[in-house]
Amino acid sequence: MGLAIELKNLSHKYSIGTPFEINAVDSVSLKINQGEFVGVIGHTGSGKSTLIQMINGLIKPSEGAVFIDGVNIYDKAVSLRDIRFKVGLVFQYSEHQLFEETVYKDIAFGPKNMGLNDNEVDKKVRYAAKIMGIDDEMLKRSPFDLSGGQMRRVALAGVIAMEPQILILDEPAAGLDPKGRRKVLELIKDYHENSGKTVLLVSHSMEDVVDYATKVLVMNKGRVFCYDDTDKVFSKAQQLQEIGLDIPQISRFALALKKYDVDLGNNIYTVKKAVQGVLNLTTNKEKL
Amino acid sequence: MLRDITIGQFFPGDSPVHRMDSRLKLILNLAFLVIIFIADNYLALGISAAFVLSLYIISGISLKFIFRSLKPIMPLIIITSVLNLFLLTGEGEPIFKLGFITIYWQAIDTTAFMILRLFVLIAGMSLLTYTTSPIVLTDAIERLLSPLKYIRFPVHELAMMMTIAMRFIPTLIEETDKIVLAQKARGANFEEGNLITRIKAFIPIIVPLFVSAFKRANELALAMECRCYHGGDGRTKLRQPKLAIVDLFAFLVFLLFTIIIILTNIYF
Ligand SMILES: Nc1ncnc2c1ncn2[C@@H]1O[C@H](COP(=O)(O)OP(=O)(O)OP(=O)(O)O)[C@@H](O)[C@H]1O
Ligand SMILES: [Mg+2]
Repeated sequence: MGLAIELKNLSHKYSIGTPFEINAVDSVSLKINQGEFVGVIGHTGSGKSTLIQMINGLIKPSEGAVFIDGVNIYDKAVSLRDIRFKVGLVFQYSEHQLFEETVYKDIAFGPKNMGLNDNEVDKKVRYAAKIMGIDDEMLKRSPFDLSGGQMRRVALAGVIAMEPQILILDEPAAGLDPKGRRKVLELIKDYHENSGKTVLLVSHSMEDVVDYATKVLVMNKGRVFCYDDTDKVFSKAQQLQEIGLDIPQISRFALALKKYDVDLGNNIYTVKKAVQGVLNLTTNKEKL
Repeated sequence: MLRDITIGQFFPGDSPVHRMDSRLKLILNLAFLVIIFIADNYLALGISAAFVLSLYIISGISLKFIFRSLKPIMPLIIITSVLNLFLLTGEGEPIFKLGFITIYWQAIDTTAFMILRLFVLIAGMSLLTYTTSPIVLTDAIERLLSPLKYIRFPVHELAMMMTIAMRFIPTLIEETDKIVLAQKARGANFEEGNLITRIKAFIPIIVPLFVSAFKRANELALAMECRCYHGGDGRTKLRQPKLAIVDLFAFLVFLLFTIIIILTNIYF
């Protein structure tokens, strides 16, 4: 598998030269393979949004370089607009970016900016609408008449319609009710499985990424706290809790049991694994 | 980023300048404006500059913010200076003559004096917003204007509008920033094309911005009503300003400054 993204010593400071100067991202270096589903988690203000906005050239890093498919995107010869079609970014609270008269036109905004003809635009809009579960009737409505969850899906479709090679989503499920949350996350997971594209999903809740991500990047105070396979990251549940992250409920349950000398094992982060742990425990007991 | 603009940016602190009563500070600020225009010689301006400089040092505000406060008026200063230099005439021989351009010594003198005067003025007046939080400042304005209530001037409503506007300027700027980035991520292009396409390019920013501004306004109105806001009548204030020793001291220092400037005007 090839490298999709490589970050070299990436840093960003806000409000340089004022009393409010802040190191939002601090020397981040990492590699992400093609087709990977990376969950990016971290506390509020840990620099997740800043980091991903540097990956598609919206914020210029104060230091360091970003390579997409081996190309340094901040090279003078590279058009950042082309990079943005390649690296699709869905913003936090993306429903606030809707502006067109109809859902259809709003989803078509991105593909149109790519300079495609009407036929191709239509194809892309319908493709994205299907992925995000938007039916024909909804395509004709005004985006401002939709519910929050529906608006969110329209905004997601607006980026997916550009068929980016890398899809980055900033808190796509934030502020939705549990059902809307699950729906959006499931749709993203299906998209990843069917298209094989690289997906980065930012969230401050592990519960969101635990079921889907192949790898997890944990940010803390602008730095990489750890970046590893999902399994390995969650075996450090206690450390994650110490930096203020909300670990999955089932992991908390396993940690609590440990205090009573009931050890289900180290990387319990899904109910399935917990069940396995319980079964192991009972068979061991029988053996004794 | 748009967010970096300083619209009367406030730097919290605990210096005597910060602690001064905001009403007095406002009045002295206006008095300062008058005095700078009364000052008619370089010595007076020099003393004023030293006065402002020491106030910056006392309030602990970095001197580079003097330059920052001057930046927005730079174009204005440059244009008027150039016009002044070429258009003003004086007595005696011009010191420079080339084609239709003639420059008199007096024109240089007048221009330099004007620039200096504006610098001192802006630096001094900026100190007010640097050391007073916007909320406290509007409160001071409301109190100072409150006599106008008797001629049915809506003082409280005006102050409330100012407070709300100031509260939401950074929010709206932040929001604009975000929307611009979000549309850029979808390939929006603000830099190319003819005038019409460029104006059209702003629709994807303006529409979401207005939608959210109206939503915010609506929510704020509701929230205020839920907390029984009903205008200024019978409303009490959280902050009850009281004049303290520091205010008396500030007043005396300022009085001394005024007297010195007037004396230099008379004797130089
Ligand atoms: N435009 C800006 N100007 C100044 N500071 C900023 C700006 N945007 C973010 N910051 C600061 O940079 C730091 C990192 O912010 P960032 O938005 O990247 O965090 P985050 O991990 O996405 O947080 P959240 O989970 O709340 O979205 C924060 O301390 C924030 O206050
Ligand atoms: Mg964020």
